[in-house]
This record gives sequence, structure tokens and C-alpha cells, in this order.
Amino acid sequence: MDSPASSSSTAPGVAPAVPQSSRTETTPTLIDIQNVDFAYGDTKALHDITLQIPEKRVTAFIGPSGCGKSTLLRCLNRMNDLIDGAKVERGSIKIRDIDIYRPDVDVIELRKRVGMVFQKSNPFPKSIYENITYGLRLQGESNKARLDEVVERSLRGAALWDEVKDRLHTSGLGLSGGQQQRLCIARAIAVAPEIILMDEPCSALDPIATAKVEELIHELKEKFTIVIVTHNMQQAARCSDGTAFFYLGKLIEYAETQTIFMNPGNPQTEAYVSGRFG
Amino acid sequence: MSDQSQHLFSSRPSARRRAESGVAWIFRLATYIILLAGVVVFGDIVIKGSRTVFQSEFPFINVAFLTEAPKSLYVFEHEGEHYEMADDDFRDFRESVEAQALAAGEPAPELKAKTYVYSAGGIFPNIVGTILLVVGSMTIALVLGVASAIYLNEYAKQGAWVRFIRLAILNLAGVPSIVFGLFGFGMFVIFFGWNVSLMAGWFTLAFMVLPVVITASEESLKAVPMGFREGSLALGATKWQTIRKAVLPYATPGILTSSILGIARVAGETAPIMFTAAYVVRDKLPWQVEQAMDFFFQGVMALPYHIYVVSSKIPQNEYSERVQYGTAFVFLAIVALIATSSIILRNRLRARYRW
Ligand SMILES: Nc1ncnc2c1ncn2[C@@H]1O[C@H](COP(=O)(O)OP(=O)(O)OP(=O)(O)O)[C@@H](O)[C@H]1O
Ligand SMILES: [Mg+2]
Repeated sequence: MDSPASSSSTAPGVAPAVPQSSRTETTPTLIDIQNVDFAYGDTKALHDITLQIPEKRVTAFIGPSGCGKSTLLRCLNRMNDLIDGAKVERGSIKIRDIDIYRPDVDVIELRKRVGMVFQKSNPFPKSIYENITYGLRLQGESNKARLDEVVERSLRGAALWDEVKDRLHTSGLGLSGGQQQRLCIARAIAVAPEIILMDEPCSALDPIATAKVEELIHELKEKFTIVIVTHNMQQAARCSDGTAFFYLGKLIEYAETQTIFMNPGNPQTEAYVSGRFG
Repeated sequence: MSDQSQHLFSSRPSARRRAESGVAWIFRLATYIILLAGVVVFGDIVIKGSRTVFQSEFPFINVAFLTEAPKSLYVFEHEGEHYEMADDDFRDFRESVEAQALAAGEPAPELKAKTYVYSAGGIFPNIVGTILLVVGSMTIALVLGVASAIYLNEYAKQGAWVRFIRLAILNLAGVPSIVFGLFGFGMFVIFFGWNVSLMAGWFTLAFMVLPVVITASEESLKAVPMGFREGSLALGATKWQTIRKAVLPYATPGILTSSILGIARVAGETAPIMFTAAYVVRDKLPWQVEQAMDFFFQGVMALPYHIYVVSSKIPQNEYSERVQYGTAFVFLAIVALIATSSIILRNRLRARYRW
């Protein structure tokens, strides 16, 4: 079941497991997915996925609807545990060389380090302040000064501070859609995760709000490792460093974003990114 | 050219149109019949009941009816005058008459009185008893019901077993209340040895409304968006933290709404309490107990049972009718009061936890 932690290319067939970088700088692997099969009850959703996600970079998952992007993303913080009958049937997912499906792994600790932003923005119907402090309060933090500081830092981090600093104690639901999504990002970074998973974070936003979030993603990768699912080719091209293309539950190609879009190694990838199917 | 008044959309009589208006009238009629029945029932109780509960002189409310225990009414003639007196007044009156006679050296006159049980005094112990029964049983039903709804909806693995449990709970809702009465009698009164007591009544009534509370709580929990749970869990919350902070607050208004229906049912049912908690008469008020524990193991008088006793157990007469309707009126007023306060509480919560 276990395979070497960072083998350079173990995926069978077409997919090289690590984006072949033309850049000289290489960042260490943070998430190491090896030969993962995943099933919802009897229906298989992922087949033999192997890929390594490097630290402090933006990795995009693309592919037609239903190909398993969200499924793989939700494996990374074990959100799939919520679904009855869903399980990783084979393979391993390691974060910093620790298999997160080991029985002694505490999902609570895992999710503190692996934050998530959802497709449909889901701020709690509480004040902006309470939304941001939710995660820290759970951990027992009640020092007002410290909470205030985290609220400001997170909102600044999510490029929302100037827009909401005068209304911190009004409901988060009073914000616009784009602001709500950035509030969710602020909420996620407030607990200081290492990795942020984003499942189509802009799919409900208009172009201007989308541009803001994309800009934000660009800034966030200084501090966080980001994995983003998107249906928007331009978005993947604009804001990711590496791109993985999935089709019918299989990883078809994983490479530098530039390579995927300019010079894909697989005809299916080419067809998809050029908009000929999917 | 055709007739000026005929245009593209002008109406033409047809069978379809006639059926349309006929059907609308049938539905309208059905609604009005129900409305009429409701008005008659409530009107009857309010008109007859308010004769007992209200009075024309200050303080306009019949205070004695609301604050005294039920007493027997003595109706008699004395020296050509007609008297109606409660039993304690009658005793005083007779003593004074006898004392007068003794002083005058005459033989004491015999007062030939007709007695009507429960037709004098008031219904204070019944009001207290009903309120105690409602508060206690709703507390038990809410605690147990919400807990099991949380288990079924949030924790249990959905499957055949949970579906079976749900089905069993739904069936429980169809069981007649007299069966709950018998169950409570066998289980709490006899087997647990609680005797006829508040405890036995609380649990019997609680079990009767549990299906309603569980089903409604589950619906309210389901109505809370999945996104709240996911958002909370993704921030490293435990399941229980998620339920407490991101689910339950938003489900509470819905849970309360349905519990309001439960209140009316618990307050009104006679069958479940007649073997388990209700006394026909009891001299002591519930708080007149020697030890704190005795409080839970005493029977009480209750409004619906009082109506039942007065209406069916004693010969009917003009005096008992006053009590019946007065009690029914007070009963409706109390249910309305409890329901109104729950609705106000519900609306407060809803305004606070809106999404
Ligand atoms: N909760 C679930 N139970 C059963 N099957 C599921 C569940 N969620 C997803 N699936 C199935 O797993 C497969 C992959 O779904 P997934 O949501 O990962 O796709 P996706 O790539 O994210 O699609 P989209 O782009 O539409 O979001 C699909 O065939 C889907 O029907
Ligand atoms: Mg998806």
C-alpha cells in the first residue's frame, strides 16, 4: 500500500507525477497522493490517482463535470468522511510524510492545518467578527486583544479589511457575494492553516469579484499552499503554477500550467483546454 | 368586419369555464363550513364561559373562580329567602343560625340544603396542575426529542435501521392517547411504583408528544444548510461543536414552532392523565409538601380532567354548567397564553438566527 514518499514519476501511462518544471527553483512536495482509488459506496469516483503537490504554490484541478475534482480535493481534508459509505479504497495520501488516513490521525487537527473554501460561499449567519473568530474560539482562544488582532490580520489577508472595518459587528450575510467568498477565505486563514483547498471559489461571482479573488490567491501563495478546482480555463491559466487534468476519475495529465495550456502532452488534454469538449 | 366588442381575448362561455368557477366555489364552501364550526365552538365557550369568569362589578374578573379551590354549593331556603353558598360559608351560616336559636332558647331550625359538588369556589388547583403538567412534560419531551433527532439526523449512519426507527416513531404518533394512559399506568404508576403522580403524568404526556417533537426537530435540523456544517467542520470543529454552534441555534425556531402544537395537546388530553396524574379533588396545593421529593410524587388536579368530571360524573344542573364552561374558557385562555409566549420567543430567536 505504501509507496516511496516522493518518487519522481510513478504514475502509469501518460501522466508524469510531478510538473516538469522549466524553472530552476524547485519547491518540496507537501501533499503526496499515491495510487488512490476512491469510491462512493459501490460507484468508483477516482482511479489510481498519483500526484505530488508542491509547497507554497497554486495547483489547479481541471476537467469536465463529474470527473472527480471535488472528490479528490475533499479527500485532502477528509471532508468525505461525512458521506456514508465513501472511502479511500487503495493508496495513500500523505501530508508532510504522514498518511492522513492512518487510524491515529485526528481529523480535527488535520482540518486545522488544511482549510477549505467552498463553491457556494457559506458564511455563518453571524457577525463578520464572529465568523472570523469562529475557528479560534473553538480552540478555546478568548483573549479579546488576540482575537481582534487575528480578525484584522485575516481580513487584510483576504483583501477585505478596508471594505468591512466599520461594520465588523454586522451580519456576514449582509455582504455581497464576492465579499462573502472573501470572508470565507478570511475565516479559513484565521486558523493559520498550511494548505487552503478551494472548490470553484469563483463560480458564483461576477468578473470583478472574480478578479479580486484571483488577485488574492496570488498573494496568498506567499504563505499558503493552495489547491484550487476550477471550470474556468483562463482562471487556471492565470493563477496556477501547476495544473492537473482529470477525466472520468482518472488523472490524464499533470504538468506546469504553461505546459498544459501551451503544449499539452495528451490529445484529450489538448481537446479540453482548447474548448473542444467538456 | 366583426363585432367591435369581440376581440382576440374576449371570453366565451364554455364548459371549462363553468367547471372552473364551480370548483372554486366548492373549495370556498368547504373552508367556510370549517370556519363556521370553529366560530360556533369558540363562540359558545367564550359566551358561556365569560359569564363565569367575568362579572359586571369591579374588579370585573371573578377572582374567586381563579383563586379558590372547587367547593360544594349549598342551595337552600331560610326564613323565606333563597341562598346559594359554598360549603365553608354554609357551615358558618348554620353555626350562626344555631347560635341565634340557642340564645333565643328555641330549637335550632334545620336548614334543608341541596348540595351540588364542585359548583362553588374556583379552579385554582386545576390551573396550577395543568401548568405544572405542561411545563414538566414539554421539558422532558424537548430534551429527549431533540436529543434523539440530533442522533438520527447528525450522528446515525443512514440506512435500514434508522429508517426502521423513524417508522416506529411515526407509528407512535398514531397511537390513541388512552393507550398512552394505560401504558403510563402500567409502566410508571405500577411498575416503577410512582403511584398517581406528577412524574408519572409528565412521562406519559412526554411520550405521547415525543413523535411530534422528534419529527419536527428532524425537519428543522434538515432545513439548516449543509454549508454551515461543512464550513464549521472545515475549520476544525468537532461534530458536537458544529451542532451546538452552527446547527442547533438555527434549528431552534423550527423546533419551537412545532412544539407549540405539542403544548396544546399536552394541556388538553385527559386520557393519558386520568390514570397517571390527575386527582378528582385534592385539598393541598402542589407546593404544600413536607419534603422536596414529595413534590414530584403527588397527584394534581387538572383543567381537562375537571371538565370531564364535572360534565360526566355528577348530575347535570344549571350550577355545574357554569363550572364547565368557565373551566373550558380558562383552559383555552391558558393554552393561548402559553402558545403566545412560545411564539414570541420563537420570533425573537428567529430574528436573531436568521439566514
Ligand atoms: N455524495 C456522493 N455520493 C455518491 N456519488 C457521488 C457523490 N458526490 C459525487 N459523486 C459522484 O462522484 C463522481 C465525481 O464527482 P465530483 O463531485 O468529484 O465531480 P467534480 O469533478 O467535482 O464535478 P463538478 O465539476 O461538476 O463539480 C461523479 O460521478 C458524482 O456523481
Ligand atoms: Mg465539484
